[in-house]
Amino acid sequence: MEPRLSRPDPFRGLRVAITGGTSGLGLALVDALTARGARVAFVARSADRVRETAARTGAHGIVGDVAAKSDIHRIALQVLGLLGGLDVLVNNASSLGPVPLRPLADTDCEDFERVLAANLVGPFRLTKALLGALAGRGLVVNIGSDAGIAAYANWGAYGASKAALAHMTRIWDAEVEEHGIRMTCIDPGDMDTPMHALALPDADRAALARPDDAARAICAIVEASVAHEAAAA
Amino acid sequence: MIPASAPAQRPADAKLLVLAADGGLSHATRAGLAAYLRGGDVVVANDAATIPASLAGEHERTGATVEVRLAGWRSRIGDFEGCLAVVFGEGDYRTRTEQRPAAPVLRAGDRLRLGPLRATVVDILTPPRLVALDFDGGSASVWAGLAAHGRPIQYAHVPQPLDLWDVWTPLAAPPAAFEPPSAGFALDWRTRSTLRARGVSWATLTHAAGLSATGDDALDARLPLPEPYEIPAATVRAVARARACGGRVIAIGTTVVRALEHAASRRALRAGSGVADQCIGPATPLRVVDLLLTGTHEAGTSHYGLLGAFVNEQTLRAMSDALDAGQYRTHEFGDSVLVARELPCAAAVGW
Repeated sequence: MEPRLSRPDPFRGLRVAITGGTSGLGLALVDALTARGARVAFVARSADRVRETAARTGAHGIVGDVAAKSDIHRIALQVLGLLGGLDVLVNNASSLGPVPLRPLADTDCEDFERVLAANLVGPFRLTKALLGALAGRGLVVNIGSDAGIAAYANWGAYGASKAALAHMTRIWDAEVEEHGIRMTCIDPGDMDTPMHALALPDADRAALARPDDAARAICAIVEASVAHEAAAA
Repeated sequence: MIPASAPAQRPADAKLLVLAADGGLSHATRAGLAAYLRGGDVVVANDAATIPASLAGEHERTGATVEVRLAGWRSRIGDFEGCLAVVFGEGDYRTRTEQRPAAPVLRAGDRLRLGPLRATVVDILTPPRLVALDFDGGSASVWAGLAAHGRPIQYAHVPQPLDLWDVWTPLAAPPAAFEPPSAGFALDWRTRSTLRARGVSWATLTHAAGLSATGDDALDARLPLPEPYEIPAATVRAVARARACGGRVIAIGTTVVRALEHAASRRALRAGSGVADQCIGPATPLRVVDLLLTGTHEAGTSHYGLLGAFVNEQTLRAMSDALDAGQYRTHEFGDSVLVARELPCAAAVGW
């Protein structure tokens, strides 16, 4: 049998930024990527939880709110200062809006805008701020949802934001491919996360996927993309 | 010229004065920049992001209010140990730098409280408003402190407070500069696509642009201070490819000229890091750069002096007259000049 050639782990030294990194899928991604040797910076709003996650994983923690325009460059400054550049941005942070979920007609205008600010405008702004660093061989992964495809009653603000995020991702990908940047929107499926519990408190948790499994699937997509870039270089 | 007082990176009516290699001048629009470049050329831009390097705070020993402006890395980009800084007395950018009250007399060992940041003055340099600082904590806490408390360095000609949104160029990547490498404001993504479609290649380097003015004559005469830079191997390859096919090297901003010419001053251009400490002027032979896109510079400034390496004094005077007559805007948000080197390359060796 031929000996297998050992290849360098594509995650070793990979510079990754993840928003919403202290809970659910974002936390699972911080765990999975740091375990694989990536250099990870994550963002979340709660200083305590950022400190706790940074201490446990060794990743760089950044306190910030992607929904606030004034926080975007402060986040970008720390990501680029701490990592010296960026290979992968994961726009994972998102907001359901007020719970219990409600029909659009019962949704306050301000709440609708807040959901768009977190789930659509925030990823737009942060990606824009980091785009220069991503040029050449960058990857942006936006976390989508099937609520952005199917019309689920009561998921109006969230679903509309995720539909717009997916479409923005497609347009942006078409625009920046020539500059060496790929953008993709991934639906991780229903997961057993704090957000899911807020949205559907009566769901059967045993029937839900674990965030760790979804994180592994996303890592596989990142790996395939990074390997493709390396082969093309 | 008119000071550009609004922080618009790409005003729709931005002008471009073109100084051709034969000394001819023509007026154009900056949006039409790509028309002056051709297939085989390589554009080299500075990808440094701008650090919010103005820090308001207090000098602990006297209780005096100060503004500290980080001014340069002592050796390596991103290494905050011994970071150079200029210390002003109370007030902010709304007062012209030359009219700012002096800071209290600083001594080595003095402590500064700058929002959440704490720093020690470790060295008093010349003139004494230039100091070296050590920040408490590791670099992660310094980045967090700068993000929370720092503001972009700015000057009285722009009345509204600047945000990082205003000073990061579209290509900004590593936070290395203390003032924006503003020639890069012109390079939006559409322009990059247009250049690519014309067969113009794209390359970057990182040059830690420092302060442009301090209000202290002795210190201003020494600007720019030595500035570290990093040139990637891909950029050296892109320059060599352009040379091999008769293409030209277009520097976006004076910082790119400083970095490339410093890196090629003693040998063929090569990748890696260095500290640009040379003063470029009429006597400087240019070894790499053929064209420069830059702002509109007034006689007597170091940037104007640098243009002397590209064109003769007569052309520079004609440029100044054309900028005045055409009511060009000046400073970082102003109009642009594209200058072609009049003389043939000083040493087209090593390629």
